[in-house]
Amino acid sequence: MTFINYAAREINCKIVYYGPGLGGKTTNLKWIYGKSNPTSRGKLISLATETDRTLFFDFLPLDLGTIRGFKTRFHLYTVPGQVFYDASRKLILKGVDGVVFVADSQAARMEANLESLKNLRSNLRDQGYELGKIPYVLQLNKRDTASAVPVEEMKRQLVMKDEPVFEAVAQSGAGVFDTLKSIARMVLGELRKTA
Amino acid sequence: MPTSDIVLHEEDFHLIRDLIQKLRNDANARVICLVDRNGQQIACVGEAEALDMTALASLAAGNVAATDSLARLIGEKDFSSLYHEGEKDNLHLSMIGEKIILVVIFDERSSLGLVRLRVKKHAAELSAALERMQQKSMKAKSGKMSASPFTDITDEDIDSLFGN
Repeated sequence: MTFINYAAREINCKIVYYGPGLGGKTTNLKWIYGKSNPTSRGKLISLATETDRTLFFDFLPLDLGTIRGFKTRFHLYTVPGQVFYDASRKLILKGVDGVVFVADSQAARMEANLESLKNLRSNLRDQGYELGKIPYVLQLNKRDTASAVPVEEMKRQLVMKDEPVFEAVAQSGAGVFDTLKSIARMVLGELRKTA
Repeated sequence: MPTSDIVLHEEDFHLIRDLIQKLRNDANARVICLVDRNGQQIACVGEAEALDMTALASLAAGNVAATDSLARLIGEKDFSSLYHEGEKDNLHLSMIGEKIILVVIFDERSSLGLVRLRVKKHAAELSAALERMQQKSMKAKSGKMSASPFTDITDEDIDSLFGN
């Protein structure tokens, strides 16, 4: 749900990073935080457990610049990936403008990817959204791991229709900004349609 | 899209800010802020310079969302207000209508009783103003109002954000 503030001349959009546990959603946000200009980023808030697993969400506000005199601000959220935190995931999807699905390329996590994607579809539906109709990008993370499933095979199992797909190694930043730019572009494009 | 976008026009922003400023004076509060349920900050008055209001808005929305779910788990529709007590500063969260959260930060210059009383007194007026704002947003979306500046943004505009 985009928020257009004429008084402050700001557009605010919400992007959610979704995916299975330990897939690299928080790592994506940490990299973006680390590489963004301190004047254009807010604080990175992590509501995590003692062992650094996401408990509720991570949140990073990011200014991308000005478009037609309006400051574009993106609120990036991650959801907790662990299966039993489903109630929290549902809450975070409220008012979402775009979703990045961070898939784990390791062979042993393929089933978790599929389960999480199914969960995303069902939780979006609960909020009245259809995956496939909202801005959506697929990131194949951990491409550097020894057991990484071939890209074509991952695409065959995870791609829904014609969403952009990015290979990534979030730990070293590969593909992280390409993914962000792609989803931001889609969300702003949507604004053109719905404005 | 299941939830309509919020469009906040300048005149509504000033009206809403005046209303929460009045509440702030009446309640002797440090900071008053309006946040939508999804964590977007709408307006804020008071000693907010030292606070990260963007983070506060997001966490307040998360707090209300989690508490609402807790309420439903025990068979309540919702909890109409939340109160967090600190050593110096306290936080009072309440819903104005269905979609907007009113955040009041206050210290020893005020009290929970006074905040509750004043919030209750001003809620109807605030709710009416926010309702008007939401109706305008919906009208704007259905194209009944003047064209938005974003209808004609180009791919080049978007690319320029990324320095391409």
